[in-house]
Amino acid sequence: MSAPERFLERLNARRENDPSWVAARRQAGAARFAAVGFPTRRDEAWKYTDVRAIAEGDFALAADAEFLAERLAACALELDAHRLVLVDGRFNAELSSLDALPAGVSVTPLSQALEANHEQVGGSLGRLAGVDFSAFTALNTAFADEGAVVRLAPGTVVDKPIYVVLISRANEQAVMSHPRVLIEAGARSEATVIEHYAGESGAANFTNVVTEALLERGAIVNHYKLQEAALGDLHVASIHVDQSRDSRFNSFNLNLGGSLVRTDLVTDLNAEGAEAAYYGLFFLQGRQHVDNHTLVNHNAPRTFSNESYKGILDDRSHGVFNGKVYVKKDAQQIEAYQNNANLLLSDRAEIDTKPELVIYADDVKCSHGATTGQLDEEAVYALRTRGIDVAMARGLLTLAFAGEVMEQVKLNEIAERVERAVAGRLPERFNLADLVETAEAVQEA
Amino acid sequence: MASEEMEQLVRREYKQGFVTDIESETVPPGLDESVIAFISQKKGEPEWMLEWRLEAYRQWLKMTPPSWAHLEYPPIDYQAISYFSAPKKPEDRPQSLDEVDPKLLETYEKLGIPLHERAALAGVAVDAVFDSVSVTTTFKEKLAEAGVIFCSISEAIREYPELVRQYLGTVVPRSDNYFAALNSAVFTDGSFVYVPEGVTCPMELSTYFRINAANTGQFERTLIVCDNKAQVSYLEGCTAPQRDENQLHAAVVELVALEEAYIKYSTVQNWYPGDEDGKGGIYNFVTKRGDCRGDRSRISWTQVETGSAITWKYPSCMLRGKESIGEFYSVAVTNGRQQADTGTKMIHIGEGTRSTIVAKGIAAGRSDQAYRGLVKIGPRAKGARNYTQCDSLLIGDQCGAHTFPYQEIGNSSATVEHEATTSKIADDQLFYCRARGIDEEDAVSMIVNGFCKDVFQELPMEFAVEAEALLNVTLEGSVG
Repeated sequence: MSAPERFLERLNARRENDPSWVAARRQAGAARFAAVGFPTRRDEAWKYTDVRAIAEGDFALAADAEFLAERLAACALELDAHRLVLVDGRFNAELSSLDALPAGVSVTPLSQALEANHEQVGGSLGRLAGVDFSAFTALNTAFADEGAVVRLAPGTVVDKPIYVVLISRANEQAVMSHPRVLIEAGARSEATVIEHYAGESGAANFTNVVTEALLERGAIVNHYKLQEAALGDLHVASIHVDQSRDSRFNSFNLNLGGSLVRTDLVTDLNAEGAEAAYYGLFFLQGRQHVDNHTLVNHNAPRTFSNESYKGILDDRSHGVFNGKVYVKKDAQQIEAYQNNANLLLSDRAEIDTKPELVIYADDVKCSHGATTGQLDEEAVYALRTRGIDVAMARGLLTLAFAGEVMEQVKLNEIAERVERAVAGRLPERFNLADLVETAEAVQEA
Repeated sequence: MASEEMEQLVRREYKQGFVTDIESETVPPGLDESVIAFISQKKGEPEWMLEWRLEAYRQWLKMTPPSWAHLEYPPIDYQAISYFSAPKKPEDRPQSLDEVDPKLLETYEKLGIPLHERAALAGVAVDAVFDSVSVTTTFKEKLAEAGVIFCSISEAIREYPELVRQYLGTVVPRSDNYFAALNSAVFTDGSFVYVPEGVTCPMELSTYFRINAANTGQFERTLIVCDNKAQVSYLEGCTAPQRDENQLHAAVVELVALEEAYIKYSTVQNWYPGDEDGKGGIYNFVTKRGDCRGDRSRISWTQVETGSAITWKYPSCMLRGKESIGEFYSVAVTNGRQQADTGTKMIHIGEGTRSTIVAKGIAAGRSDQAYRGLVKIGPRAKGARNYTQCDSLLIGDQCGAHTFPYQEIGNSSATVEHEATTSKIADDQLFYCRARGIDEEDAVSMIVNGFCKDVFQELPMEFAVEAEALLNVTLEGSVG
């Protein structure tokens, strides 16, 4: 039996209650996935990422969503937020808190939205992430039965972040989940949506998530993807954004966990004044592999994008960055900037980076840069002359390197969490305890 | 800007478009083992060479043309190409210029390269390749004095088989890629240079390629070897007569630099780019690679690409030797319907290796251009450094400019920097010039030349002049 067949075998009778349009979508997804199969390194988009660990894996579908509240507290952010919790891809109502949503905002588990055969969900779901995008979106389309549907009425500004927590448990039988997140932001609405991937340290599951965000005129969405999955987890995600006039999408893609991680982030700037900002950080150790593919499509004149991704790689980790800026013909007066900087802490770490520009209009200001190197020895020296020891100096400079992206993070809880994680996991030679203390002191000051 | 004037300039016919009618000895179109045997026999090659070609051909049969480049063209019918064409009576090679067919000399006159004059004035030895066979080589004695071997590859295979055998195909293996395999099977001529230990070649070596007989693919093979502490500067320039059929050109250039050797390879490529609808024009699929085998060796590629309908070309450096240096300076100009996918590969293998890439792309008209590059730092390349700068200039809103830089870095002590920009000629720059009484055409020319300065200053003197003129001719009338 081929790998796609093995996966699709799990797509079973549980779906009998699907409305017909959902069933048709599943079929389309399954057919596409069966036809293309898992990508290999011969596919340009997967040149540096080998997904055999997924293709050869055996993943069941989780049967329940049990998870203790104290366990959740241990891994979730302490955040005053509207919370929706998925455990191994299944909705956990007890751990969620969606009671205090202001007027004009709805946050619904996808299962409930599908059950209600919600026309609006039917219209939007899959509009941005077609089954053709990749084998994984096809697979997700076939399986997706849970997730989050966030809908903002025009003019609504959501008071607190919408916090989607996706927990991966340490199961005896590894499981797979195919969550789907749909964000529909009405005109001039504003919200912060967090997708937080966390879980138990022994987890070794496969998460394959697809997020779609539609931003109407003047909408502002801050999207955080905080990926702190267990070091055994396999994680594939694609985020698809469609932006109308004067809308703004700020993406924060923060990767700390997972053994094999791939994220595709695609934004279509479809009308004048639309603006996208991508900020990314990946901090890798051991044999972690993280692949970020980003694409900004400037489909309309006077659209803007700015991207900054930073990678810190230690041990035998492998990082991949592929950032593409596309400017459509006649999309004039574009400004697009892109930057990828990487810090290699170990001789055995590897980074493959490819910042691409594809431009069909002439009145544009586009630039990209990619750098890879090590800590500036002169900066280390400068700190040493001020009485800071080598390890501490290196630690501080590493944090400062990450800081250029982290200072864009407006949610303190997330910024602090990531900075602590980076500081706390730096190799021992960085004098861990002192460093965290210093980092805290710096933060307090 | 006066648009009529522009129109006229845009429509200017290709200056070097004319055909010389010399009776060619040409095999009928098609490719099989017998054609390869014919070529090998015509060249008077030894048995091993024929075997080498046949092996390449067998590998080629198993390969498929690359499809990853940002190029669009109809599939090439390799059976419709004639793989051998030589000027009349190849056995009867002229021994000096006096013996050369006057028609051929006339062709050179039209091209603006009077051989003897040029050779005498510039001190350049010219190994003129006319339709695949070297017709005349000058300054051979002077080079011989220095111990430098500069001859056609066919002659080298006959006269210096040991040298050729030692190096041929060691930089670009026969099965390296589709076009290299094809070239290995059917190459008809090209240059061979060997500079012995400690010798600095007394003059710049130059070859003028010229595609002539219709329907004839050109498959040049060039091999340059610089022994320890030797140095050479090699110039390659091209121009072709106007044709309606697409002509395939699949050259292979191999450079080998041993310890502390320095090879500078400069190209000005101005083949027929096709008419304004993109009809005709040369398909230029070239594999160029240099191997810095010795410690502290250095290979420098400089190219000015203004011609061809399609350019597929990535001059590369394998930096094996400790502290070896690779350089790539490129100006690519596309206009009309031209397409170019070009760039470089810098493969850092040895410790302390360094590379510099400066690529300038100018796209005008309805052309499409891509920079595609790879910087790879191997695990043993301690302290390796790369600096890459690639800038694109767009002229007009119908063209495209793209950048695909790959970086694969596997060593923490490496420092790799890449910068790229894409923009149009700034209005304030133009205004500044116009306010000082410089007309728009000249202003654009000045700005574009300034944009390319970093590359032009790497060119040898004769080429720099030619390159600037070429650039102006190619771009004239595209601004407005």
